[in-house]
Amino acid sequence: MSKVIGQRVTRYDGMSHVTGETKFVDDQVVPGTLTVKALRSPVSKGKIKNLDISAAAKMPGVAGIITAADVPCNAFGLVPDQPVLVSEDIRYRGEAIAAVAAVDEDAAMEALEKIGLDIQEQQAVLDPLESMKEGAPQVRPEGNLQMWDGHDYRQVNLGDVDQAFEQADEIVESTHLHPSVEHAPMEPICSLAVPHAGPKLTVYTVSQALYFHLGMLCGILQMEPGSVQCKQWKAKTGSAWRHNTGYADVNYIGGTVGGGFGGKNDIMADHVAALLALKTGRPCKWRWTRAEDLLYSTFRGAWHITIKDAVTKQGRIIGRQMTSIRDAGAYASLNPYVVEKHCYLGAGPYFIPNVRVRGYCVYTNKPPASSMRGFGITPAAFATEVQLDKIADRLGMDPWEVRLTNAFRKGEYTPTKRVLNSVAMIEVLQNLAAKAGVELPGHLKAMASTQERG
Amino acid sequence: MHTLELTVNGQTCRVEVGLKTTLLEVLRDKLYITSPKVGCNTGDCGTCSVLLDGVLVRSCITNALSVQGKSVTTLEGITEPGDIHPLQKAFHEHYGSQCGFCTPGMILASKALLDVNPSPTRDEVKQALSGNLCRCTGYVKIIDSVLAAADEMKS
Repeated sequence: MSKVIGQRVTRYDGMSHVTGETKFVDDQVVPGTLTVKALRSPVSKGKIKNLDISAAAKMPGVAGIITAADVPCNAFGLVPDQPVLVSEDIRYRGEAIAAVAAVDEDAAMEALEKIGLDIQEQQAVLDPLESMKEGAPQVRPEGNLQMWDGHDYRQVNLGDVDQAFEQADEIVESTHLHPSVEHAPMEPICSLAVPHAGPKLTVYTVSQALYFHLGMLCGILQMEPGSVQCKQWKAKTGSAWRHNTGYADVNYIGGTVGGGFGGKNDIMADHVAALLALKTGRPCKWRWTRAEDLLYSTFRGAWHITIKDAVTKQGRIIGRQMTSIRDAGAYASLNPYVVEKHCYLGAGPYFIPNVRVRGYCVYTNKPPASSMRGFGITPAAFATEVQLDKIADRLGMDPWEVRLTNAFRKGEYTPTKRVLNSVAMIEVLQNLAAKAGVELPGHLKAMASTQERG
Repeated sequence: MHTLELTVNGQTCRVEVGLKTTLLEVLRDKLYITSPKVGCNTGDCGTCSVLLDGVLVRSCITNALSVQGKSVTTLEGITEPGDIHPLQKAFHEHYGSQCGFCTPGMILASKALLDVNPSPTRDEVKQALSGNLCRCTGYVKIIDSVLAAADEMKS
């Protein structure tokens, strides 16, 4: 008898959750810990003309202040295009410019008010459709559109879409707007960095992606002398994502996450807490307020999705052209990967033999969007399912029949030509119908994923 | 600074607090009792919930000096060494806890309900937990857990 297969198994950490023993990052008690607060940009786009921390540094209770000048490698992320602290160009409202470590929250907040900040505000672009236009205000020097192999969109092409539209009985087109969504985990973003003798650091993190972030953090901190420098690494590989040296200097402790849902897949606080801990030689904790978390942490970016399908009278979708625009905010974060996954699965769990997907990752002067449950697949599924209902409407068909007619069968393939050998979409739909109390007609009940398409 | 005397989980305590210190800050930052969490600090999410003389309150918006001489119970206070409360057992066995961050507040809100209403209906449980947010479970398993604990406590 197996101990687990076929058995109900309780959570390995369940008992400590219900007794309150579980220690989240904010629950770690390290004597002498300083409170971190950040000076954030009040404008969506602008240039820093003057930043003066001298008065703030002299305030009682202040142990240290960092600005861009204190960041050894001030560029991180998938591309990497995002600064830890802004040196000159502000790209979204709320972007961190400086950070203070002080003996308590009051002292940190008072010090923030003493920082002299002179910004020349510039015209921001907040709408991705505007940002794509010729002559739009530039969000970032790399351009307002993410590039892929010389194209300003990610493309997935399968078969002959133009021919499919010529052969179609009906052409159904629809546009879908998916708003941005905040993960809002119960635990806000929090980081605690504790320095040790020598170039060593312990960082307690809320990260959902420990090893990715450990690499990024080591790249930002440049702790190990003689290690591959972040910029050289970037020149060599085009990415600081896996900067794989200096790991021995950072003890990165995580795994106890108070809800993430994809909202803790980017470094948001660990770099600043770590830099302040190294500068002050004291433990530093940066816990974001709920307002900061809602306003400035990553979120699911908004989408503008247009689908045009070539459909036969029998309800078969024989071709699809899909154009998706992702509002990425000011920096790459995981946006390019999100757009790629969206494109790969743009046809949903349905076999469409001719597909042309173009996914645009568009930068705007807003906080960076990033991953959330399913990356870009969820909005693609939303648009696809609404579109299938529209097809059913147009043809006067049962929406169940449209779905079952197009559902993947064994041996068919996705738009990226991934052949599927273990398929159960038809059976899932049949089960769903039964559970919803829908009586499917006999020919739909008789369908099976293992039957070859006739 | 002012001297605050209160009883926490049966233990009398004396701490120095300011005029704007909250009960949550007393518990977490002065007494190192960390089961009440800082979720929103504005009284909206319920992760900081504790029992004050048996009544559920949000400690993040409870002024510390207002609890002078009163008795506070946190999740730690309903756990006996080697023995857990039926609500804790039920939350564990019925998957009422996922990430665990809302769990301390949820269990105390449930205890506040069962202390006055040992046989609640599903709707009464929902009502009692309406001030406590959870982003993982979708609440169904939490409500199941409370009802299971109520059954267990009756038998």
